[in-house]
Amino acid sequence: MTRHVPIRDTATADPMIVMADVEKWYGGFKALSAINLSVRRGERIVLCGPSGSGKSTLIRCINRLEVCQKGEIRVGGTRLDDDGHSIDAVRREVGMVFQHFNLFPHMTVLQNCMLAPMRALKVSRREAEETARRLLDRVRISEQADKYPAQLSGGQQQRVAIARALCMRPSVMLFDEPTSALDPEMVKEVLDTMIGLAEEGMTMICVTHEMGFARQVADRVIFMAEGSIVEEAPPDTFFTQPRHERTRKFLGEILRPY
Amino acid sequence: MKRTDPQKVGCRGNAMNYALDFTPVLDGLPDLLAGCLGTLLLALGGMAIAIVIGIGGVVLRDSRYKAIRWAVKSFVELIRNTPFLVQIYFIYFALPLAGLRLDPTPTAILALGINGGAYAIEIIRGGVQSISRGQVEAGLALGLHKGLVFRLIVLKPALRAVFPSLTSQFILLTLTTSVASAISAYELTSVAQRIESESFRSFEVFGVITLLYLGLSWLMMTFFSTISTRYFSYPVK
Repeated sequence: MTRHVPIRDTATADPMIVMADVEKWYGGFKALSAINLSVRRGERIVLCGPSGSGKSTLIRCINRLEVCQKGEIRVGGTRLDDDGHSIDAVRREVGMVFQHFNLFPHMTVLQNCMLAPMRALKVSRREAEETARRLLDRVRISEQADKYPAQLSGGQQQRVAIARALCMRPSVMLFDEPTSALDPEMVKEVLDTMIGLAEEGMTMICVTHEMGFARQVADRVIFMAEGSIVEEAPPDTFFTQPRHERTRKFLGEILRPY
Repeated sequence: MKRTDPQKVGCRGNAMNYALDFTPVLDGLPDLLAGCLGTLLLALGGMAIAIVIGIGGVVLRDSRYKAIRWAVKSFVELIRNTPFLVQIYFIYFALPLAGLRLDPTPTAILALGINGGAYAIEIIRGGVQSISRGQVEAGLALGLHKGLVFRLIVLKPALRAVFPSLTSQFILLTLTTSVASAISAYELTSVAQRIESESFRSFEVFGVITLLYLGLSWLMMTFFSTISTRYFSYPVK
C-alpha cells in the first residue's frame, strides 16, 4: 500500500464543505442551531459530544439523509437544495460509514461493493469488480470477497463498509460512530483502516468517542452540545486547554480513568 | 323432490349399506387430472398477478400522493372484507358491462390475482417494514435513487422475511380456485361436480378430489420451498 504524504496545509484551497447558519428541527425540538462549519479539502475533523447533541444529525445533513430547514450547505461547490441533481451530485462526492455497518445481507461482500458503482455511476461490471477487489485488498479483506456479511465479524463488516463507500471514489468520507457497535478487540482494525485513509489525504468528518484516534489524526476537534458547536480546536489545544466548562465536563467524563 | 320410498332412503342415505363404486371416478380420471391442470393454471396465473399487485401496491401505498395511498388502502380493505365468491361473480358480471367480455377461466385468474394481491400487499408491507431504515440510508448514501434502493436493497430481504406467510397465502389461493367452479371455469371442482351429477357417486368423487387437492397443495409447498432455498438462502445472523 502506497502511503502518500499527508496533505495538511491546504488552507488556501476552496473549502470542501461549507455549512452556513444551518438549523434543523424535529417538530418542536431544535436538533441543530446556527451551525457554521467549513471543512478544507484533505482536512480531518473529529466531532464529539454527549449523545443527543446533534453530531450525527449534522453529518447526516451533509449528504441529505436529513433535511435542514434553514441555512445553506455546499459540498465541493454544489449547493444542496430540493433539486434531485444537487442531491445526486453531493452523494457521489460523499461516502458514509454507519454505526451498524448497513451492509446488504443478501449480497456477497464483492456484490455489496459493486452495486452502487454499476447502478449509480454506470461503470462496467469488469471495472466495478476491479475497483472493488483493489479496495477490499486495501482494507485487507480481499479473501472474504465471496462471503456474505453475516459470515464476517463486526470489524470485518465495518471494513467492508468502508471499502464499499470508497468504491464510489468519494472526495469526502463521513463516519457516524463507526466503532461504537464493535466488540473492543475489533475497534483497532477499523481505526487503523481509517488512519490509513487519513494518511492518504482523504477529507474526513468522524463522529466518534475514540479520543486516541482524534489525537492521532484530527486536524480539528469539534465539540457539540445541545445542537450547537461549543468549541473547536486542534487536538493538542482541545485536550489540554479546553476553554468551555461544558467541554471540560465532557472530557472529564469520557477520559476518566477507572 | 321429496323422497318417500323408505327402501331408497335406506339405500342412498344409510352409510352402512352404501356400496362403494369407484368406476365412474376411474372412468373420469383423465378428466380429473386435466381438471388438476386447470386448477394449477388458475393458481399460477392468480399468483403471478397477486405478486405483481402485492409489490406494486406496497410501492404505491408509500406514494407521495395522498390519493394514491388512499386508493391502495381502500382496495385492500374492500377485498379483504368481502367474500371471494361475491368478488368473482362481480368481476364476471361487471366486466361485460364495462365492455370487457372474458371467458370464465381468465376471469377466474383475474379474480384470484386481485384477491390474492390485496392480501399480498399487507404481507409484503410487513416485510418491507421489517427492513431497517439503515439499509435504505446506506443505499441512498451510495447515490442510489429511491426506486433502485427498493428494488435492489429492500425487496429481497423483505420477501425473505415474509416468505412463509406468502407461501401459506398462496396455498390458500390454490385451494380457493375451487370457488371458480361457480362461474364454470375449468378446474378440478367443476370437473368433479360434472362427474358427480352424472354418476351420483358423491362420496367417491369428492373423496378422490380431496386427495388430489392435498397433492396439489403439497406440490405448491414443494415449489415454494424450492424458490426459498434457491433465492433466499443467504446466511443471516
